[in-house]
Amino acid sequence: MTRRRLTELAIQLALLFGVAALVFWLAQNVAVNLKARNLASGFGFLDKTAGFQISQSLIAYSERSSYGRALLVGLLNTLLVSGVGVVFASLIGFAIGIARRAENALLAGLAAIYVETLRNIPLLLQLFFWYFAVLRPLPGPQEAIDLFGLGYLSNRGLQLCAGSCPVLGRFNFEGGIAIRPEFLALVVALSTYTAAFIAEIVRAGLAAVPRGQREAAEALGLSPRQTLWLVILPQALRVIIPPLAGQYLNLLKNSSLAVAIAFPDLVSVFAGTALSQSGQAIEIVAITMAIYLGLSLVTATAMNLYNRHITRGER
Amino acid sequence: MRGEHPWVPGTSPGTTSNMLGRLLALALFLLLSSGSPALAAEAPGDTLSLVRSRGYLLCGVSEGLAGFSSPDDAGNWQGLDADFCRALAAAVFGDAAKVRYTPLSGKVRFTALQTGEIDVLSRNTTFTLSRDAGLHLEFPATTYYDGQGFMVKKAAGVAHAAELSGASICVNQGTTTEQNVADYFRSHRMKYELVTFASSEETLAAYVAGRCDAYSTDLSGIYAQRLKLPDASQHVTLPEMISKEPLGPAVREGDDQWAGIVRWTHYAMLNAEELGITKANVDAMKDADNPEIRRLLGTEGDLGTALGLSPDWAYQIIRQLGNYGEIYARDLGDQSPLKIPRGMNALWRDGGLQYAPPVR
Repeated sequence: MTRRRLTELAIQLALLFGVAALVFWLAQNVAVNLKARNLASGFGFLDKTAGFQISQSLIAYSERSSYGRALLVGLLNTLLVSGVGVVFASLIGFAIGIARRAENALLAGLAAIYVETLRNIPLLLQLFFWYFAVLRPLPGPQEAIDLFGLGYLSNRGLQLCAGSCPVLGRFNFEGGIAIRPEFLALVVALSTYTAAFIAEIVRAGLAAVPRGQREAAEALGLSPRQTLWLVILPQALRVIIPPLAGQYLNLLKNSSLAVAIAFPDLVSVFAGTALSQSGQAIEIVAITMAIYLGLSLVTATAMNLYNRHITRGER
Repeated sequence: MRGEHPWVPGTSPGTTSNMLGRLLALALFLLLSSGSPALAAEAPGDTLSLVRSRGYLLCGVSEGLAGFSSPDDAGNWQGLDADFCRALAAAVFGDAAKVRYTPLSGKVRFTALQTGEIDVLSRNTTFTLSRDAGLHLEFPATTYYDGQGFMVKKAAGVAHAAELSGASICVNQGTTTEQNVADYFRSHRMKYELVTFASSEETLAAYVAGRCDAYSTDLSGIYAQRLKLPDASQHVTLPEMISKEPLGPAVREGDDQWAGIVRWTHYAMLNAEELGITKANVDAMKDADNPEIRRLLGTEGDLGTALGLSPDWAYQIIRQLGNYGEIYARDLGDQSPLKIPRGMNALWRDGGLQYAPPVR
């Protein structure tokens, strides 16, 4: 090792040590200051009884469950609505993106109107629109629309028969499976909004495939559908996947707007009700931020791996 | 307690950025300020001297709650909680105008008090054990006795809360709103569906749209929300109160003198009402024969000095703001749009809970 290299290494080590010391000093300061001001009392509250109801849960939860359990319920609801949203956003987005490049002017025009309208109106407004537009015209449970023995539709949501059919009580249906209007509105708003951005990414991806590829496919006698699926799309995906991952992350983070229309996601349940009730603002905000960061990093990693997988064949 | 508008940009302008700004400032402060005990202890200390040397009172209020603290068209804070800070300023400075208001969301209010950003939190805050002991706060007085209730549509034919089994309840995310509903339905073994919104506008809109059978918040809030309904007569407030919500100003633990001033500011206004002293007659009352009146207004004795204030502290409160009954009527009662009956907030001799120890 040369002398110069040694010096460089020493400088880098010193810098690393300095940064580590600074971080340690800051962390120490935060801990001492929080303690002195009675601001944070640690994460012990996660074991305490939450005491509030969550109307929709994928796992067993009651008022006697702990704050930690409430956190899990909120997280799973966030994952559920984001997962369903990603699927629908992708389907709609790819369809619209392909339609924008259609030779049929009407189809291409309608797709352009869709994109320009949806992506230029704030998501929160769209969310309110879908929620109240869906809610207002629907009848109350007493006059619920009978879906031919499959279930009932009312302003309390979609009540489906599962095992047994829902029975009308004094106020609500009981039994069966309930899909609440909050969930429906959130999925519709998130997927249609994100689809507008995905459509533009898909359009850009298709445009990036050289014209000669299509001509070559046609010369080989492939049908338009075969050309799209076997030649154009696989090449377009290389361009589409990286920005698409960004849109999935946006959808995941945008799902936190759920709190505005009473869908019990992570922010509503944990950074909302649990925070207000327990007063553990610093711990709860820290946990919530860490979870969103973690989810985003996992999503980004998965999309990067998929991208590496599909670009492997490139020469 | 009733709710806030956390996290949602657009529903309450500025809230999110405010809160994030505050959290950021707090984070920076916690990161950079030295952790030595001498500096760390600055927060409690001698609030009265601090307020005096600063020249005005820093008062934490809500971001807008009709009747308690909300800015009027000219940007002046109105309501019972805002007026309490004016009374406190009148007691300390002899000038009710020496107040600066800081609107706080429900989430940051205690942090703002604990870090010394405000001198007193006068923000429809419920006095509870966990806040008294857990958050190291002091609740010197209860300025308003509230409780959570229900509003239902008349057409539903519900007369009592006990008939709400199986109902959907719309609530605005609050500190104990969800828990109170849960406690009530659990203890009565009734089923329910809780639909929790971040802001009160959407809560009311969803209730109106038929998403819920009942709307639940504190009774004072129900009175305020009913004003917004075009068909208010088609909705009824159920008689049951499912929680106790004693609201009052909060201060930091460990400054007994300051807590005493806050406590006696409220008691001075209550005693004034009991003794018949009003904004209009306070000057004449200074020379009244009744020794209780003379002591309260500082004509006799120097009880104000014991609090660290001037002898005419109570006189200044009543001259500038009036007694408790006058403030109530102006902010919440018959002279206000809310028209909330005195109920539990009547004086003890009228069957209410407002009772002040004697000034002697």
